[in-house]
Amino acid sequence: MRRPSPIVMLATLGSLAASSVPAAGERLVASLSNHRVMVTSNFVGDELVLFGGIEQDSASRPRRGGYDIVVTVAGPRQSVVTFRKARVLGIWVNADSREFENAPAYLAVLSNRPLDAITNAEMLRRLQLGLDNIALPQRASVNIADSASDDPFRVAFIKIKTDHGLYRESSNGVTFLAPALFRASIPLPAEVPVGTYEVDVRLFADGAQIARTPAPFEVYKSGFEQVVTNAARDHGLLYGLATSMMAIITGWFASVVFRRD
Amino acid sequence: MQIYLPIADLPVNVFVILAMGLAVGFISGMFGIGGGFLMTPLLIFLGITPAVAVASVTSHIAASSMSGASSYWRRRAIDLALAFMLLAGGIVGTAFGVWLFTFLRTIGQLDITIGVSYVVLLGIVGALMVAESVRAIIRARQGKPIELRRPGSHTWIHGLPFKLRFKRSRIYVSAIPVWGIGFLIGFIGAVMGIGGGFLLVPLLIYVLRVPTSTVIGTSMVLTLVTMASATVMHAVTNHLVDALLALILMVGGVIGAQFGARAGQKMSGERLRLLLGLLVLAVGIRFALNLILPPETLYSIRLLDTNL
Repeated sequence: MRRPSPIVMLATLGSLAASSVPAAGERLVASLSNHRVMVTSNFVGDELVLFGGIEQDSASRPRRGGYDIVVTVAGPRQSVVTFRKARVLGIWVNADSREFENAPAYLAVLSNRPLDAITNAEMLRRLQLGLDNIALPQRASVNIADSASDDPFRVAFIKIKTDHGLYRESSNGVTFLAPALFRASIPLPAEVPVGTYEVDVRLFADGAQIARTPAPFEVYKSGFEQVVTNAARDHGLLYGLATSMMAIITGWFASVVFRRD
Repeated sequence: MQIYLPIADLPVNVFVILAMGLAVGFISGMFGIGGGFLMTPLLIFLGITPAVAVASVTSHIAASSMSGASSYWRRRAIDLALAFMLLAGGIVGTAFGVWLFTFLRTIGQLDITIGVSYVVLLGIVGALMVAESVRAIIRARQGKPIELRRPGSHTWIHGLPFKLRFKRSRIYVSAIPVWGIGFLIGFIGAVMGIGGGFLLVPLLIYVLRVPTSTVIGTSMVLTLVTMASATVMHAVTNHLVDALLALILMVGGVIGAQFGARAGQKMSGERLRLLLGLLVLAVGIRFALNLILPPETLYSIRLLDTNL
């Protein structure tokens, strides 16, 4: 890691130029253990490991407080409705609802220490770091506005996602192996939807962000799972007829096998 | 053993699904019902989304009905003519039910409608069946002759025109109540996502006076056709039928149905109706409690239909 390969260096330089980080001297290099997570018929979840190094050069100033890393993993976007029940005429019905547009299906905020110890609240809000600060635009009738972090629908939505293991904030999710070398483990529960996952690695020092690099990965279905999904989506009629035939044959076969008369 | 379901997008234990299929299949074979009103809530409880559960259960019910129907067919216990007449009404009812389903969904009142319908329907049907069968059992205990067929006891239904003779069932009734019952079952089935066997059997017995010998087989033919077409419709419109989930349910279901059918034949009709009545009533009460008791969490989330 101390001497990255030229290709990694080039890629890193490219991303640095794109994100126009000020010439602070540190460069961030990150790589995932796997860029494509395959969902097979025995998929019960997975754990990806992200390794990263902080490359210093002559311009680097010594950092008093050391380095901090915040990794934000955001899954594919979904629109989700959150309902709130209320009692109407003695029965509980979904009386009120909010629609969260383009909310990440999966969200993990991993850091080496609590976020509020890494930088101040204002910075966290500006960079949308942490479950409290992530942008969750909600639609109320026709208006779309970002939800306040104490909005009851937003709090309930994040709690339900957290209970399913799909949202998490972990202040010990990133471990420093050496002063400039870190690893982060990204737990993927079995319910993770397929799609592209954006991984945003940010380097902080003395409360300021000094470097940032992406490391996306993809969750996809393979083999049999993919065939079934494609068939259901692209050939609905044939798929339906085949399923019906399967039902009829299964039923008929059972009555023949168990025939006694 | 965990297996990942391709459409439901989550892993499930194969043996849990298989066991659920067996149990519901046993009940469906015993009473000649599809068992959708039991299976759908069970799948939702496992974490499968209601839309995928409803869509996949239809093919499971089709398989169970096919298994049962072919056994009854060999025993010549199916009145095909009656089944076709019921289907004629059923198709119209299904179309009307799908229309109402879509309408309720757009105005956001589908869930509460389904909940209340389950309570009202299952409560009334269950209570009626329990009361009737208890009366019949008491009558039998007191040694009074069981009134199996009462040729003289004609109701207003028998006064309706367009009379048809159904030879296998040995009944002579107007086509109007037959179509009406078919329509009602198709309509309720589409709105509530159930096969409707638990409603159809008592209606055939009490309203049309179809004898117990042909009622279950005939009801199964109707369920088979409506559920097989519902599977195709769900696959075409929503793409939410999970074939793998359906297959595991089916395998359990058809085996269970065979044993259920045998257990059912050993029991007297009254006892069978009492058991089914109690079961229907229990599910109805369960739904009522859901509506009345304060929920554990006030909030719930639902994924909007995405372009998969």
